[in-house]
Amino acid sequence: MIGIVDYGAGNLRSVLKAFEFIGLPAQVLAAPAEMKGASRIVVPGVGAFGAAVEKLDASGFRAPLTDWVAAGRPLLGICLGMQLFLDSSEETPGPRGLGIIPGGNRKFTAGKVPQIGWNRVASSGDPLFAGLSAAPWFYFVHSYYAAPDDPAMVVATADYGITFPAALRSGSAVGVQFHPEKSGEAGLALLKNWGCS
Amino acid sequence: MNAIRIIPCLDVDEGRVVKGVKFTGIRDAGDPVELAERYNEGGADEITFLDIGATYKSREIMRGIVEAVSRRVFVPLTVGGGIRTVEDMQAILRSGADKVSLCSAALNDPALLTEGARRFGNQCIVLSIDAKRHGDTWHAYKSGGRTDSGRDAVAWAIEAVERGAGEILLNSIDADGTQAGYDLELLRRVSAAVPVPVIASGGAGKLEHFTAAVREGKADALLLASLLHDGVMTIRQIKEYLRNEEVMVRC
Repeated sequence: MIGIVDYGAGNLRSVLKAFEFIGLPAQVLAAPAEMKGASRIVVPGVGAFGAAVEKLDASGFRAPLTDWVAAGRPLLGICLGMQLFLDSSEETPGPRGLGIIPGGNRKFTAGKVPQIGWNRVASSGDPLFAGLSAAPWFYFVHSYYAAPDDPAMVVATADYGITFPAALRSGSAVGVQFHPEKSGEAGLALLKNWGCS
Repeated sequence: MNAIRIIPCLDVDEGRVVKGVKFTGIRDAGDPVELAERYNEGGADEITFLDIGATYKSREIMRGIVEAVSRRVFVPLTVGGGIRTVEDMQAILRSGADKVSLCSAALNDPALLTEGARRFGNQCIVLSIDAKRHGDTWHAYKSGGRTDSGRDAVAWAIEAVERGAGEILLNSIDADGTQAGYDLELLRRVSAAVPVPVIASGGAGKLEHFTAAVREGKADALLLASLLHDGVMTIRQIKEYLRNEEVMVRC
């Protein structure tokens, strides 16, 4: 079963509906104790970094999530959920992220911010993108982008004034900046790749 | 670089698509769920529902429609019409909408934009402006284009974005239904005035109008209704045309 973490910040219903549509059993997890029944975990997220960190802590999900990754179990972060994998964000200086991926999140400085719309993603052959077209389109909504210390963790990029990470991977944790649950066929294929890997 | 989005808009009244849609092989031309699926298969980058009934019953039915569509269609869904309070926004977002579109309600109570953005994020809030030319300026109209709010449309766009609108849906009352092309000057003025995406609506009749909206009007997206519903053109035809014109679209 795929568990979708409900820490109070995110449009998790669309993620749930997407997994249901592709036939993968998924469930919203209201408390860390419910992680026991899950084989894979998704951290969704919409909103501000600082508020999300507070909610992660208040809901008690922080340590269970870092332990989950430390045990090599599969974790997927979507949008802000991925940004939470890093240590910090320019959006809210101070609050600490999960620290699963060393680095921070930076603000776009050119173009219309937030980026709202469909953008092409170039991947370096990560299995997440297996079977997708050469430069698939995904739907993005964000003002900040991940800046991991180790560029080798960037497994896909997109261009928006600058080239920024569209997907990250570190061990059993993967994160995508775009919304696969709102990216049509390409998004569903990516969720299937992750959910069935 | 983002693709220019093509967004079909379905006008819904108490659960039925008004004006109907002339697709071949469609079972029920008035069923919003089936039509949304068809447009999704046809390459829509986003789908907008406008609840023109705007009664309590119509809003309730709309929530059921959005709930059903969001189980089968995985592109962004926007809902407008009859949303007057933060609670209305929350209810429709919970049902599966990704964005809400506000027009009259925001003109009557601009704080609705501020509060909506604070609660749900700027990316959820689309301000819809029905603009009509008054000499060298444009006024924002409410009540489906019937009442002049007296507000300057460009100034209203700027204020709305400062308050938290994440996108502007700009409809020209003068151009709407003429099929003679967009009000490019209006589009250009608003696009230059705000740092958020502008969705052009009203006036398109030929393929060339779309390139003009993008190139001259600096539109980020195109909202289309009767041209698609009447089968005059398909989303794929529009995208193919734009691609040949070297306008980036999602294939």
